[in-house]
Amino acid sequence: MSRVRVLVGTRKGAFILTADGKREQWKVDGPHFPGWEIYHLKGSPADPNRLYASQSSSWFGQVIQRSDDGGATWAAVGNEFAYDGVPGTHQWYDGTPHPWEFARVWHLEPSPSDPDAVFAGVEDAALFHSTDGGASWSELSGLRGHGSGPSWQPGAGGMCLHTILHDPTDAGRMYVAISAAGAFRTDDGGTTWRPINQGLRSEQLPNPTAEVGHCVHRIAMHRSRPNTLFMQKHWDVMRSDDAGESWHEISGNLPTDFGFPIEVHAHEPETIYVVPITSDSHHFPYEGKLRVYRSRTGGHEWEPLTNGLPQSNCYVNVLRDATAVDTLDACGLYVGTTGGQVYASADAGERWAPIVRDLPAVLSVEVQTLP
Amino acid sequence: MIRVVLPANLRALARLPGEVHIELAGEATASAVLDALEERYPMLRGTIRDHGTRRRRPFVRFFACERDLSHDSPDASLPDAVATGAEPLLIIGALSGG
Repeated sequence: MSRVRVLVGTRKGAFILTADGKREQWKVDGPHFPGWEIYHLKGSPADPNRLYASQSSSWFGQVIQRSDDGGATWAAVGNEFAYDGVPGTHQWYDGTPHPWEFARVWHLEPSPSDPDAVFAGVEDAALFHSTDGGASWSELSGLRGHGSGPSWQPGAGGMCLHTILHDPTDAGRMYVAISAAGAFRTDDGGTTWRPINQGLRSEQLPNPTAEVGHCVHRIAMHRSRPNTLFMQKHWDVMRSDDAGESWHEISGNLPTDFGFPIEVHAHEPETIYVVPITSDSHHFPYEGKLRVYRSRTGGHEWEPLTNGLPQSNCYVNVLRDATAVDTLDACGLYVGTTGGQVYASADAGERWAPIVRDLPAVLSVEVQTLP
Repeated sequence: MIRVVLPANLRALARLPGEVHIELAGEATASAVLDALEERYPMLRGTIRDHGTRRRRPFVRFFACERDLSHDSPDASLPDAVATGAEPLLIIGALSGG
């Protein structure tokens, strides 16, 4: 029977949650790296026993951990993230130039085909690549240096590159998203990049339709339709059907279109999920009810999924990397909260139950579907 | 022999049960101690001082003999009591936040 392994990064360590395909009885393993912030951990699609973890702290900086046995044991690998050339400046919160400074790795995206190849999205925003299992890292500086970099600015969480998507049908095409710069695409394996933000509108910008400066929170894609992208922006849920060349809003009847994560059902490319958050100043669920909203029409029409989720006095947040879907026949969904709960649904969101309730604040959730 | 005490998170990272003992051929300086420490425990590179600038990370402090050595030159001689192993060099995570 298939099984799942849920990889949870928290403010104070990593946890690995495992269950068989029923996803009812869970084993909780951790904390790994207790006391450290684990922004993200993710397994290689090419070798599920190969995991990468971003371990960091304000005191001791960045560490990258690698496991070759599915998280049973770990070893620290390379942690030197040096920007290519003279880093230059981006905009600070007050609009003044600010030097590019490495802070941490937000997101690790292993290659679909090579367990030793992995991409890292970092703060201050840049994309790094390793081809030796994380031992050494080099910047794909065509992204940061393509021209608009000096106008990028940090979002409230820092100026982070948080989303990395591979096109499964085109090895040269990749998407990234940066808060607060926007979405970018390469068609040549990461050498050259260009902004893909046409159709986004952000009232926080002097020019609301500027080419860059948008606070994109997350982008999601279904493997079968790599030209269709779904975006949770700071405000607005957006969709592109032309590989990011243009975007249109699909917020529809959502109670609020502010939020962080967005996911696509594993088997239904027009079924998408968001977690509406009240506003940019109130980072908690609307009306104190944790509701995952599902659209089965690729947007516009949304329904709340509430069965098993707290429907009163709930003031947690769900961060941008803190949702995931498994690929079992009955698609499973996972939602981690800043209150330390990880909720799971084994039926595409109809019913939910907590796997754990009292972890440190959850920063990221990934799931591996294993044979 | 120089005794080095690391903060708990770095001991865990390097899988060290207690203090580290470092033998130096040359002068006992903070730089020399850190060079030797990172040579033996490469996972500590970048956690105490910056990879590129080799400057002490802002939230890391160096104490010894009831003195704060954090702002001394990293190439200054450590106190004799540290150089002889009578007192440890304490590498501390600054008291801040949770």
